[in-house]
Amino acid sequence: MSCLIALLAAVIVLAAPTLRASGQTAKPVNEDVVHEVAVQLRCVVCQNLSVADSPSEMASQMRAIIRERLAAGESPAEVQRYFVERYGEWILLAPPRRGFNLLVWLLPFVAVLAGLAAAAMLIRRWTRRARTAPTSPVTVDAAMSERIRRELERES
Amino acid sequence: MKLWRWLIPLAAVPVLALLAYGFRVSPRDIPSPLVGRPAPAFALSTLDGAPMTLEGHRGKVLILNFWASWCYPACYEEAPVLERNWRGYRDRGVVVVGVDIQDKREAAEKFVADFGLTFPIAQDLKGTVSVDYGVYGVPETFFVDRQGRIRVKHVGAVTDDVFRKTVDRLLAEAGAP
Repeated sequence: MSCLIALLAAVIVLAAPTLRASGQTAKPVNEDVVHEVAVQLRCVVCQNLSVADSPSEMASQMRAIIRERLAAGESPAEVQRYFVERYGEWILLAPPRRGFNLLVWLLPFVAVLAGLAAAAMLIRRWTRRARTAPTSPVTVDAAMSERIRRELERES
Repeated sequence: MKLWRWLIPLAAVPVLALLAYGFRVSPRDIPSPLVGRPAPAFALSTLDGAPMTLEGHRGKVLILNFWASWCYPACYEEAPVLERNWRGYRDRGVVVVGVDIQDKREAAEKFVADFGLTFPIAQDLKGTVSVDYGVYGVPETFFVDRQGRIRVKHVGAVTDDVFRKTVDRLLAEAGAP
């Protein structure tokens, strides 16, 4: 038991300096801000993951660079601009909503609206045909309906 | 009614055009915004411990090659090409510089020894130089002109043909300061 306590104490004593060292960065950087920047950047080696989600070494180096730049006093937007200047807009997981890229953002809505309009027109055309079709035989004059009724009676 | 008959095939045209464009473009070919811009400065130290900076090579045609020992086969294909051309061009104001990324020192040293590489090679342990150059994979090679501008970014193994054509073109340009 005393052996265990001694071991525990040793661990605490040994770990303490590293804990203190890691807590003593030049300027405290909010990890949430690091994450916020990293989540918008594409991991360059895996392409479908963000820098925040990727376990690759490149992504962890990029997170370190984000942290370093934030610690140096850059704003999250400035850090993002740094990456865009190096990699182009390709690095952004969501294309910025301007210029040619607007097409990507607007086209789905345009397509959905066009589809809805087309569907509405078709439905109206079908229902109109269905509605008008049975109305014509209703206009049977009295003499004709009388004749039909008589013939039906004779059948039975 | 006549309009509808035309509208449907007509709507297919832009979709087909988009697909034709999309399938021709490789998603792996990412145009670098750095081409034509001044090469970012760097300060690394070589495996031998000598300083290696961009400034130190100003006025020369610089070939900056990003590689890794785990990058098989492309880096293994281009290593002899780089060494051969470095030897052929080094007296003409051309310098080849290797930057080893995401690698272990022992593995890098073994790679250098195996290929008998004699040009300066440094490790970019923190990845800052790779990100400064917008590197997204290995191998990637940047051809920097005498004014220190990135002129060509080559993705994938460098061949003799690519090396010679690019370097000859940059050497032919006037403007050695």
